[in-house]
Amino acid sequence: MRPVYMITGGITRFAKAHPEKDFRLMVKEAFDYAVNDLPNFNREMIDGTVCSYFSDHFTRQLKAGAMVQDYLGLCPKPSRRIEGGGATGGLCFQAAWEAVASGRMEVCLAMGFETMSRVNTWKGNEFIALASDTNFDFPVGGFYTGYYAMMVRRHMFEFGTTVEQMAKVAVKNHCNAIHNPYSQSPGKLTIAQVRSSPMVATPLTIRDCCQMSDGAAVAVIASEQAAARLCDRPVRISGVGCGTDAMRMADRPHKEVILLPHESAFDYTGLKYPGVHSFRGGRMAAKLAYEMAGIANPRVDLDFIELHDAYTSSEIQTYEDLGLCRYGEGGNFVDAGLPFMPNIDYELSFPNFSQSPRDHIPINPSGGLLACGHPVGATGLMQAVFAFWQIQGTIGKHLGDAALQIPDSRRGLIHSHAGTGTYITVSILERA
Amino acid sequence: MDKNAKLPETEEGTILFGVDPIIVKNHYEIDYLHSYAQDSPFFAGLAQKKLLGSCCTSCSYRYATPRGHCMECGAPTEWFSLPLEGRVHTYTTCYFGGEAFLKETPFTLILVEFDGVETLFLSRLVGTEHNEVAIGMPVQARFQRNCKFKATDVYFVPA
Repeated sequence: MRPVYMITGGITRFAKAHPEKDFRLMVKEAFDYAVNDLPNFNREMIDGTVCSYFSDHFTRQLKAGAMVQDYLGLCPKPSRRIEGGGATGGLCFQAAWEAVASGRMEVCLAMGFETMSRVNTWKGNEFIALASDTNFDFPVGGFYTGYYAMMVRRHMFEFGTTVEQMAKVAVKNHCNAIHNPYSQSPGKLTIAQVRSSPMVATPLTIRDCCQMSDGAAVAVIASEQAAARLCDRPVRISGVGCGTDAMRMADRPHKEVILLPHESAFDYTGLKYPGVHSFRGGRMAAKLAYEMAGIANPRVDLDFIELHDAYTSSEIQTYEDLGLCRYGEGGNFVDAGLPFMPNIDYELSFPNFSQSPRDHIPINPSGGLLACGHPVGATGLMQAVFAFWQIQGTIGKHLGDAALQIPDSRRGLIHSHAGTGTYITVSILERA
Repeated sequence: MDKNAKLPETEEGTILFGVDPIIVKNHYEIDYLHSYAQDSPFFAGLAQKKLLGSCCTSCSYRYATPRGHCMECGAPTEWFSLPLEGRVHTYTTCYFGGEAFLKETPFTLILVEFDGVETLFLSRLVGTEHNEVAIGMPVQARFQRNCKFKATDVYFVPA
């Protein structure tokens, strides 16, 4: 496999609805931003594309990817559609990586979108729930927030995780997003506000859940030779991993933890894994990506993470899957202040605040899905673009505010997650 | 050839939500001929007030859901009757839901664990307020008298 780089990216502002733009125009805007940000680059240099969007029900247009391809003027070059639930964007990013790593293409465009505003919120929830087993799970009351609520209820039971720890994640991500003009719902929140907002599925309130959005994002992926020619600050994609689990969460086994290099079986004596409290697919994706990128201890070896926080609870569960702390310690990881930006005042107190800078790792500096929104096919690519700008050191230029720029940010991780953990991708980006 | 040919005009109109941009109402509905295929005995069992799980013929792994082949070893499974009593493994009460279920809110979802069975079963719990549900609580299966051949033909109540 050849070394692979990201050389530019673009995002539309995510919003509840963009009725004035269809999906083709949204992708075009993100694409033009990416092209304009790279002076030596033009459309002719693209060898082919991969296009991600999740739901044919939302789009109500089969083969919508072909329409984006022609709108961007990229016919007759190769293209295909990538779909994998919430991980659609992350899978698309890795498909573009594969196209370049294999030598099939020198430059591949990954482009994704979703237009979720075309139905009401509750019909939208129904569409999303059709990505659960339609014989056994959907008819019982198909509702993803309900599924995640059951998973975190078990996490709370096994490990003592609290709703206040979850609320702190909402406070963090919304507060980070105040400095991100691309975000859909930035804002200063308190733990009390999160807990007193409308209950969706116990214990998750509406502030524990991400919103539906319209939006698009693109990432341009290139070989070493093309990256050197076109880009003065390319970012290397040094590791990719993907994992899966049973569609019905009822079918998940209760066995032994898949260990990362810095863990031992002794850490997890008596823990039944993954059950419904943890995401085995996320652990597998992380393990594969860490092996490829040569990461021995993610908390030390990474400078930041953009992860799939569709729910505050799943952000905490994901800390553990990624090995930032041991299984069961995700809640304490929040209480120690470890995933927070050091330069932002969240007006929170951290009972176990860690004074060691080495322990800290900003999670979702962009605001994540909770605050940026979750236009499914675009989300994983949005994470790639924010991570790319972080590592380039160009956050200030692109967001018009440098508050979210992590100083000397050399290596980051992006994490994209589908279903109740059925497809999960982890990709590592680092300074070339 | 008829140079004055015209398409007939119709009386139908279009419902508009806006004109700048133009947003029209677009209806979509479809009936499927959906087969439960190899999982059919599970649904037939519900009509007989039986809850059927799958047991691997090779490694004896026992699933609380229909699964024609074993996820652990790939061998075929055979049906076995699940106990009608279990315990709450986890739960939630939904105050919102997908559009199809909004009128049923609030409703409580549980994953049920059974003695001697490796996996869980998703169902509704009725007969409790949300603050009365707890992990480990014993529950008992009940069946709809008028079977609909759907997973909701079975539900649970406190034992």
